[in-house]
Amino acid sequence: MTPDVLFDVVIGVIGGAVRVGAPFLFVSLGECITEKAGRINLGLEGVLVFSAMAGFAGAYWSGSPWIGVLAAGASGALLALLHGLACSLTRVNDIAMGIAIMLLGAGLAFYLGKPLIQPQAPQIPSIFLGEWSTSPTVRAALSINALFPFGIVLAIVMAWAFANTRWGLVIRMVGDSADAARAQGTSVTAVRVAATVAGGFIAGLGGASLSLYYPGSWNEGLSSGQGLIAVALVIFARWRPLNCLWAALLFGGAGAIGPALQSAGIGGGYYLFAALPYALTLLILVVTCSPARTLKGAPMELGMSR
Amino acid sequence: MYMWNRRDWLRATGALGAGALALPWSRLALGQAPITIGFIYVGPRDDFGYNQAHAEAVAEIKKLPGIKAVEEENVPETQSVQKSMQGMISQDGATLLFPTSFGYFDPHMLAVAAKNSNVRFAHCGGMWTEGKHPKNTGSFFGYIDEGQYLNGVVAGHMSKSKKIGFVAAKPIPQVLRNINAFTMGARSVDPKITTSVVFTGEWSMPVKEAEATNSLADQGVDVFTMHVDGPKVVVETAAKRNAMVCGYHASQAKLAPKAYLTGAEWNWSSAYRAIIDAARTGKPHPNFVRGGLKEGFIKTSAYGPSVSEAARKNADAIKARMMSGKFDIFAGEIKDNTGKVVIAKGAVQKQTDLELEKMGYLVEGVIGKV
Repeated sequence: MTPDVLFDVVIGVIGGAVRVGAPFLFVSLGECITEKAGRINLGLEGVLVFSAMAGFAGAYWSGSPWIGVLAAGASGALLALLHGLACSLTRVNDIAMGIAIMLLGAGLAFYLGKPLIQPQAPQIPSIFLGEWSTSPTVRAALSINALFPFGIVLAIVMAWAFANTRWGLVIRMVGDSADAARAQGTSVTAVRVAATVAGGFIAGLGGASLSLYYPGSWNEGLSSGQGLIAVALVIFARWRPLNCLWAALLFGGAGAIGPALQSAGIGGGYYLFAALPYALTLLILVVTCSPARTLKGAPMELGMSR
Repeated sequence: MYMWNRRDWLRATGALGAGALALPWSRLALGQAPITIGFIYVGPRDDFGYNQAHAEAVAEIKKLPGIKAVEEENVPETQSVQKSMQGMISQDGATLLFPTSFGYFDPHMLAVAAKNSNVRFAHCGGMWTEGKHPKNTGSFFGYIDEGQYLNGVVAGHMSKSKKIGFVAAKPIPQVLRNINAFTMGARSVDPKITTSVVFTGEWSMPVKEAEATNSLADQGVDVFTMHVDGPKVVVETAAKRNAMVCGYHASQAKLAPKAYLTGAEWNWSSAYRAIIDAARTGKPHPNFVRGGLKEGFIKTSAYGPSVSEAARKNADAIKARMMSGKFDIFAGEIKDNTGKVVIAKGAVQKQTDLELEKMGYLVEGVIGKV
């Protein structure tokens, strides 16, 4: 591999990390806020698929990608509201409910999305950060989804808010000890439902980024499990919003490395590269999970640490 | 003033008669019991691709009298296709099934066929072998590599960077054959051209396909083609990167009118008709149906506005030779991309040659590994 090709591959992977990582970022942030309040929403995979469809529909019928983005967020919030309300009932298991939401979201999206496979919708604009460069590779890698900077800001704001604002502390309290929250007079149910809905809205932005930016069309194979990976990312990121950002970029990059190497002529073992994101998850979980500090940072009310 | 003479009269009645002969369907339908036919697709019916090509032909077949078509889409290549097939047989009374995806053949279709010896199975793309597979099964396919060769010819004329790209799903013989035909078509114009291949590993994986297209564009590829189930994402992404694109399966010209050069399209209705006809008249099941441009199994998309005059002329000339059966794509000497001779000098593998359906190499000029 010559230095030129290596440079192109590296730039390609960096660009790919942002392109492929955007949905991971939004879904993992959405899951992060939900889990901080002590609830798991596995249904975000369904939310992602459904909001991608709704976002595409909104942009297609209104002619504006931003209305599409809102439609995606709103539809994500709606599905999450269903999850939040159902889980507030006594003895409803949030994992089982999450799986039901996942199936419902995908099924509804496939059903309602039938007439949307063929059309093209207006796309979310790119932000060109690479204008200074003469290399088309660099320019392409640095034309960024306009939602992505918003995701970065959101991650920073969330990290700050969890530590420094009244609302952030309330969410964490509800997530860490429902009894303490009740004793203090906070409605656990209301906070959890609100957090779940907010999480659904944020995950919905990930759906918009799929169907309105990259790859930029509605198709039934669009998500292919990215929502589930993003839920796992939250555990990997130890429930820290800023870590979600790095994790999303890492997984985006891992997904981009296979095609980048193949197009540079290094074709061997592409099945291995295709499996890279999953192998990476396993590896990181094995390395970081020492018996001494199992799942440090996990909200105490989550089913897994209760 | 023009008067009818006897010659004109004969000509007119002759034309009428020929017209009547050309419509055997309407006559057959009168004397035949209705038939229920099941069609199974691996993806959605309107994916601008493989499944749409099938669904378009089914829509045509449905118009014929006495035919009831049952369709099911999004059936994965797993146990569930066996359930779909058995369901169509037991519940809908289908006596002829068209499982259209490659992975349905072995073991799924063979398993259901063994249990239902009175039902006919026509699989698209599989390798039916005399003696190995039961008589009530069969396969049909088109030599779409002819279309990909013509894609390559046009790409060869239009590429400025001399690097062309192929986004492929899986390294199975049909896909390799398309990659090779595309490459040889382009190199017949300019032997300096290379084709870079990216395998995504799945038939439909939109994010991977977009990523493959982007990374190929990063490497300077300026003309794309593909072999995935839904070419929409590749076409749109290539157009966004200001690259040109040759279509596959169906016409994607609408998606990127400026970037679209030409395309290799299926035309399944003739194959369907032959198989359905045999089923209705009680003739033996056609186990092995193949055809290319000449037989009307495939067609090419109309040239896009940017295609140069020279490219059109050259491609049209080769197409005419294909139509007359005088053109062989796989004529020796052909080397693979490791330098090994795969078809010896002077040897010719005709389109019907079964060796071509077992292809396991990439020809010289392709950058990639199987």
